[in-house]
Amino acid sequence: MNIPQNLKYTKDHEWVSVSGDIATIGITDFAQSELGDIVYVEIETEGETLGQEEVFGSVEAVKTVSDLFMPLSGEIIEFNAGLEANPESVNTDPYGDGWMVKVKMSDTSELEGLLDAAAYEALVG
Amino acid sequence: MKSTALVNKHIALGAKMVPFAGYNMPVQYEGVNAEHETVRNAVGVFDVSHMGEFLLTGENALALIQKVATNDAATLTIGRAQYSCMPNGKGGIVDDLIIYRMKEEQYLLVVNASNIEKDWNWISSHNDLGVEMKNLSDDYSLLAIQGPKAVEAMQSLTSIDLSAINYYHFEVADFAGIEHVIISATGYTGSGGFEIYCKNTEVEQIWDRVFEAGASFGIKPVGLAARDTLRLEMGFCLYGNDIDDSTSPIEAGLGWITKFTKDFTDALVLKSQKENGVTRKLIAFEMIDRGIPRHDYQILDLEGNVIGKVTSGTMSPSMKIGIGMGYVETAFANLETQIAIEIREKGVKAKIVKLPFYKK
Repeated sequence: MNIPQNLKYTKDHEWVSVSGDIATIGITDFAQSELGDIVYVEIETEGETLGQEEVFGSVEAVKTVSDLFMPLSGEIIEFNAGLEANPESVNTDPYGDGWMVKVKMSDTSELEGLLDAAAYEALVG
Repeated sequence: MKSTALVNKHIALGAKMVPFAGYNMPVQYEGVNAEHETVRNAVGVFDVSHMGEFLLTGENALALIQKVATNDAATLTIGRAQYSCMPNGKGGIVDDLIIYRMKEEQYLLVVNASNIEKDWNWISSHNDLGVEMKNLSDDYSLLAIQGPKAVEAMQSLTSIDLSAINYYHFEVADFAGIEHVIISATGYTGSGGFEIYCKNTEVEQIWDRVFEAGASFGIKPVGLAARDTLRLEMGFCLYGNDIDDSTSPIEAGLGWITKFTKDFTDALVLKSQKENGVTRKLIAFEMIDRGIPRHDYQILDLEGNVIGKVTSGTMSPSMKIGIGMGYVETAFANLETQIAIEIREKGVKAKIVKLPFYKK
């Protein structure tokens, strides 16, 4: 199971990479392997400001659909348009080409509530 | 939870195991899309040993089957199998099943794992004819070896000519070094192949030899997830989704296995449905706009009124579009009718199509 040290995580199996007040968000290697072949990522919240734990989209595998939850509050400033044509990037490269949204954080103190790699590993271990 | 005799093989192969019908079953190995494609283009092997098997023996075995099942089992000769279903006395369905005629006065009934106890009790309650009933479910294993290369890949394992077994026919023969194996040209994938019935004590040897013989044909193990996408692309009903105790065989489009040439449970009510029509029908639909239908999603007309419910849905691995089945009011059940599927509070356009979805 790949759990990069430099990322933050949620109990909903999302990862967060922070640069200034911009957070890039995706789902973890564990999440993609549990979901199986991902065939559709639906994100129609670009431009919206959402609170922490609100649903910002959904990810569909062949057999299941799962909601995507905001790890942090903020405005969705970009979604990964590459997933329209290649949703399988979430399976093959969950921390790279499989990223989902970029969020302009409204409260960076929420970062302190996220899990670090060791805590996330303990959760899925 | 129960396990099949092959559970350790699945775990060693890295399968993701899930509880299904009381069994710890492999849902996928490498991935549902790859496994699906293996069955459509080459050959794949499913362990479906969770399925139930009942052996009915005696001079009245046929009479008992004729009474509980909709299809006409009198047309079965030895070596033939038949798809059928059992009505529940209230116009619904106890289970769907396959009936094999093994001998002059002996039949094998293969039922869904989730219904083994219910079916056993149901058939037993109608057995006032002295038919000897044996539940073999815990002692027998079932492998489905499915795909266009199944015949060629498995031929080296048996002395009989596999290509000579027609669809829904079977032979009892040697297979993979084991005597008296049922080799049946059946399966629920639409890609051809066999189902192999053997004893639990024999299945490990058969599994190993099947993979050895199939290696050069690209044989792979296939899990329940791909079993579901494969059957849905053909529009085959899954008990618990598309048919259950509340759906009639006529509503479900199973009129073709409901034969009024003989008497059976619910024959009168089903005949009346066939003659006078039903208020809802099981339909097949393809998404026009992007979206994936799922079990229990609402089906809407184009004005947004609820007209039914999805019973099975998936992204089709072969066609790369959303496909599904569901019950709708009869007025909306015509081919090419446009409908909408409610996906995350939005109506997404779809149209009613003819089965199968997947055409070779």
